[in-house]
Amino acid sequence: MMDQKQYADYVKKHAPSSPLLKNLLRAFWVGGAICAVGEGLLLLFSHLGMETKDAAATATVCLVFCSALLTGLGIFDYVGKYAGAGTLVPVTGFANAVVSPAIDCKSEGLVLGVGAKIFTVAGPVLLFGTLSGVLWGLIYWLLHMFGVM
Amino acid sequence: MMNHRKITVFTDPPSVLACASAVGGEEANGPLGAEFDFHDPGDKFGADTWEHAEGKLAGVVFSLLMKKADFDHRRVDMLFAGDLQNQCVATSEGLMPYGIPYLGLYGACSTCGEGLLLASLALSVPGGVSYATVITTSHFCAAERQYRTPLEYGSQRSPTAQWTATAGGGFLLGREQTPVAVEAVMPGRIVDSGIRDASNMGAAMAPAAADSLLCYLTQRNERAADYDAIITGDLAKEGSSILYELLEKEGVFIRDRHFDCGKLLYDYGKQDVHAGASGCGCSASVLAAHFMPKIKGGELRRVLFMATGALMSPSSLQQGGNIAGISPVVALTHRP
Repeated sequence: MMDQKQYADYVKKHAPSSPLLKNLLRAFWVGGAICAVGEGLLLLFSHLGMETKDAAATATVCLVFCSALLTGLGIFDYVGKYAGAGTLVPVTGFANAVVSPAIDCKSEGLVLGVGAKIFTVAGPVLLFGTLSGVLWGLIYWLLHMFGVM
Repeated sequence: MMNHRKITVFTDPPSVLACASAVGGEEANGPLGAEFDFHDPGDKFGADTWEHAEGKLAGVVFSLLMKKADFDHRRVDMLFAGDLQNQCVATSEGLMPYGIPYLGLYGACSTCGEGLLLASLALSVPGGVSYATVITTSHFCAAERQYRTPLEYGSQRSPTAQWTATAGGGFLLGREQTPVAVEAVMPGRIVDSGIRDASNMGAAMAPAAADSLLCYLTQRNERAADYDAIITGDLAKEGSSILYELLEKEGVFIRDRHFDCGKLLYDYGKQDVHAGASGCGCSASVLAAHFMPKIKGGELRRVLFMATGALMSPSSLQQGGNIAGISPVVALTHRP
């Protein structure tokens, strides 16, 4: 019989690999399409007279809204399954990561269910995103103070 | 470690009097769909949450079992049952209304085999119980919520990942002679092969199945060919293929008589279930609906039923624990 190390190597070799090319192509076209829609919204809002900064924020809100709506309608998980990183990496993936646990934990109540568990998936992104924001802010501030920037 | 285990070969074998099964929509759409006694296309079984739905499923299986056997539930002396939820709560919730003496079991996806083994042993004690039932269930949505990600979370699975079946199976066992007898039983061993990937449970369970089968055949001085079918629980595609290779290294060939409930439940061409089905309702429902009628009718005369379980919890995995496997053996025979 094999020892654990040998078995782990054997299992690794034995397992069929994910269809890399197919996954990459799907991620590319769906992710690209989401970004193109975002860019289109940005141009639209700018055209309607918004400042670029406000137009970008509004476009993001629109994408988040669409993602949340599709999650609520039970469609987003199929899109995510199809596109993988194509929907996970853009802001749509983040919206799905917040809305899906919220829907799931509704049965455990508004406070201890939704309230406590809404960030079970997105929590690390929020925590480390905020922390790194603070850290880079500090570095920026120090560089500024010493006249480097 | 020497692989030696006590095999109980019954001198007066207990019998399977009746069996019942109920499944969800995905399972009803699979190749065995028409063989199950009941299905709910919406998977809710009349409950408001997925966790309660699994409880209702256990209740449905039990009431179907009593109905099919034309049996008064008050005559059941012992109930061996379990599911995949924390603290086996679906089982206790769903079977509470019947008030039967209950022994809650947890053998992960091998619980059905564990239950049949214990029920047979209980029935073989002189002056002991006269009737015992075994009920096991699993529910895709409850299991996803407990072990993996939220249901609506959009992500991709690995090709070796398995799909927890929304299914339940039940068996009524007794001392009178029926066409299905439990010839022998052997408990499983906890086999740790060092697997940590919850997306490859087949690989975690296959060594346990190989270990049990080799131990069983050697000790009984039998060959795989002495059995019409060797049925594993939920090794699925990946685990079954590993099992063949592990056994073939030891000179045991089972490919022509091996069936895996996890491979039978869904249609790989039409249903996107990756490696196949898992869950303790998978082997229970497939055994009850698909194999038991064949044993009863004599189409299969001697069968080894080896449910397989992956022993783990989400916390143990996150803390770097291994996924151990277990596989109890239940030998079933057709009684002419």
